[in-house]
Amino acid sequence: MKYIDEFRDPKIAHRLVDEITRLVTRDWTVMEICGGQTHTLVRYGFEEMLPAQVHLVHGPGCPVCVTPLEVVDKAIDLAARPDVIFVSYGDMLRVPGSKKDLFHVKAEGGDVRIVYSPMEALKIARSNPEKKVIFFGIGFETTAPPHAMAVLSAHLQGVSNFYMLASHVLVPPAIRTLLESPHNRVQAFIAPGHVCTVVGFDQYESLAHDYRVPIVVAGFEPLDLLEAIHMLVTQLEAGKYEVQNQYARSVTRYGNLSAQRAVEEVFEVCDRKWRGIGSIPMSGMRINTKYSAYDAERVFGLQDSGVEEPKECIAAQVLMGLKKPLDCPEFGTRCKPESPLGAPMVSPEGACSAYYQYKRHLAPAALPADTHVGTD
Amino acid sequence: MPAKPEFDGVLACPAPLPAVERVLLGHGSGGKLSAQLVERVFLPAFGNPTLDQLNDQATFAIDGVRLAMTTDSFVVKPLFFPGGDIGSLAVHGTVNDLAMGGAQPLYLSVAFILEEGLPLEILQRVVDSLHHAAKAAGVQIVTGDTKVVEQGKGDGMFINTTGIGLVPQTLALGADQARPGDKIILSGSLGDHGICILAQREGLEFETTIESDCAPLHGLVDAILATGAAIRCMRDPTRGGLSSSLNEIATRSHVGMVIEEEQIPVKEEVRGACELLGLDPLYVANEGKMIAIVEPSAADRVVEAMRSHVYGREARVIGTVVDQFRGTVVMKTAFGTTRIVDMLAGDQLPRIC
Repeated sequence: MKYIDEFRDPKIAHRLVDEITRLVTRDWTVMEICGGQTHTLVRYGFEEMLPAQVHLVHGPGCPVCVTPLEVVDKAIDLAARPDVIFVSYGDMLRVPGSKKDLFHVKAEGGDVRIVYSPMEALKIARSNPEKKVIFFGIGFETTAPPHAMAVLSAHLQGVSNFYMLASHVLVPPAIRTLLESPHNRVQAFIAPGHVCTVVGFDQYESLAHDYRVPIVVAGFEPLDLLEAIHMLVTQLEAGKYEVQNQYARSVTRYGNLSAQRAVEEVFEVCDRKWRGIGSIPMSGMRINTKYSAYDAERVFGLQDSGVEEPKECIAAQVLMGLKKPLDCPEFGTRCKPESPLGAPMVSPEGACSAYYQYKRHLAPAALPADTHVGTD
Repeated sequence: MPAKPEFDGVLACPAPLPAVERVLLGHGSGGKLSAQLVERVFLPAFGNPTLDQLNDQATFAIDGVRLAMTTDSFVVKPLFFPGGDIGSLAVHGTVNDLAMGGAQPLYLSVAFILEEGLPLEILQRVVDSLHHAAKAAGVQIVTGDTKVVEQGKGDGMFINTTGIGLVPQTLALGADQARPGDKIILSGSLGDHGICILAQREGLEFETTIESDCAPLHGLVDAILATGAAIRCMRDPTRGGLSSSLNEIATRSHVGMVIEEEQIPVKEEVRGACELLGLDPLYVANEGKMIAIVEPSAADRVVEAMRSHVYGREARVIGTVVDQFRGTVVMKTAFGTTRIVDMLAGDQLPRIC
């Protein structure tokens, strides 16, 4: 497939791995932020290819996973109402709230629909004027522009039955939180390419400078990530800490300015809870007062339930890069994608879920009793 | 000035959900939830030695004559799609389930659940399609039933077909028959039917020229059996795709499987649509493809026989049954690394980024 296969060439991949192996002289811990990148790294088995000194840990970059429990509960509350059509991206439907998920609401008669674009939700609102159509707007900086455009379009077209339950999160405050932690062991970051396509990489310069960590903005294909790891190991070995842009075919320093203007018009920065991590100041976005008529939280008077996330699994340590999914005693036994104990097992892009999907044959403890992993 | 983080090493996570108390769409996906329903609800009630084998068809003997019987319901939406319709699908689905048991399909029943208000012209088109598909497959429709439900209580039309066929005396096929060393053969490209249907659905509007692969496979099975090779098991990977079929056989036979990514054919358009939608072709439904697990020495012969048949032109060995990774399917990637090909919990969901 043109434009995809070029970035999945096994020969070039092995050449890059050889080069990284030649460069590396000591242990380095590298974190990728985005769930899409986690997925690629695990799916293609980079850990089996890379030298043992390069440790890959996986950050909190799965927006589905980190959406807080109480927001999922609010979505479930709204979706169950008889006069509501609740519209969402598909992978939010299986995310457990404190009692159930959106699939259960659908099974109980709630009108829950899956779309690929918020503009589809707006279309549904126009063709169902007697219903209140609520779009579940979650994600990082990447999904914020289309969500802003949906609100602006509703405003321009005078669609008065369209609302958004918005829960956006921002990457740089999360990286800052990780780096400020006394437990931090991450020495270099792969920054999320799609987020930077929108916001640019200018704001990553201060992170690299303040914390003396090299950062490479990378794409999502295997060769993008191997090249990024190569660039990071080169910097680490040379004692440098710069921001480099591997994903230059998509990312520019200042990003997409018109997308940023749309986001600034509709949203404002706020404190945000991250499922599995806790509250991070100024790490989220909500709809501002000018567009409050579209803000489902305000219009429907939703209160924070104050529901606490039980202290069960090692999600926080996984999301902070302190532990790997295979280190967890519950991995693959009590905690599975069909009954997740924690945030990273919830979405296919969560780190634990990626390991469960692709790598549990390498975790003997997690396999059924009659299974043995041989070497022949 | 960045605020101090609140992380204090305390582990925070949501509690597990209580047991599911209602039927979810995922229970019909052919994945883990479907399997749970069978294990926890149906088997305890109906269990018997024939059913307990959990093959796509039941095989039993009456007065020394070996018969295969199977039933399948069709709820596809839209009713008409490129490459087929609910009528042809209802014939092929049941014919194929019989064929995978090595049976020669003979007789079908057809039951319609029609929604009040359905134009008769549409029913006529579906019936004509059923007739042609049955004729082409050499089966007779010998009994049937019609029910009508109120408007809004059905998606235009649901169809159930039940089929009966004759099984040769010497055949011993089953999902529990795979042995280490056996070869895994796939008849052709994956995902055509599933992506074709998805492309027609409301809310996922994209244009494609992909046609469903909907086809009767008993002729292809005849060609395989005519080689005289030792066949362990045959499956048509419908709902849940290749991954569900292979995982089921791996589990039931207490073996592992290693398949090779580079050997698995997927059409360019299907790959493109899957990339776009965040789906994996290994999990997407097929309606005209089959896998055969065969003894190692017969693999080449079987592949050759399949390639000589119109529905098996792209047949090839995609992997091997192994003694390791029991109950698990492992894929060797193009990078030389390995990853698991898991059974899905429910439906495959599009990812947001």
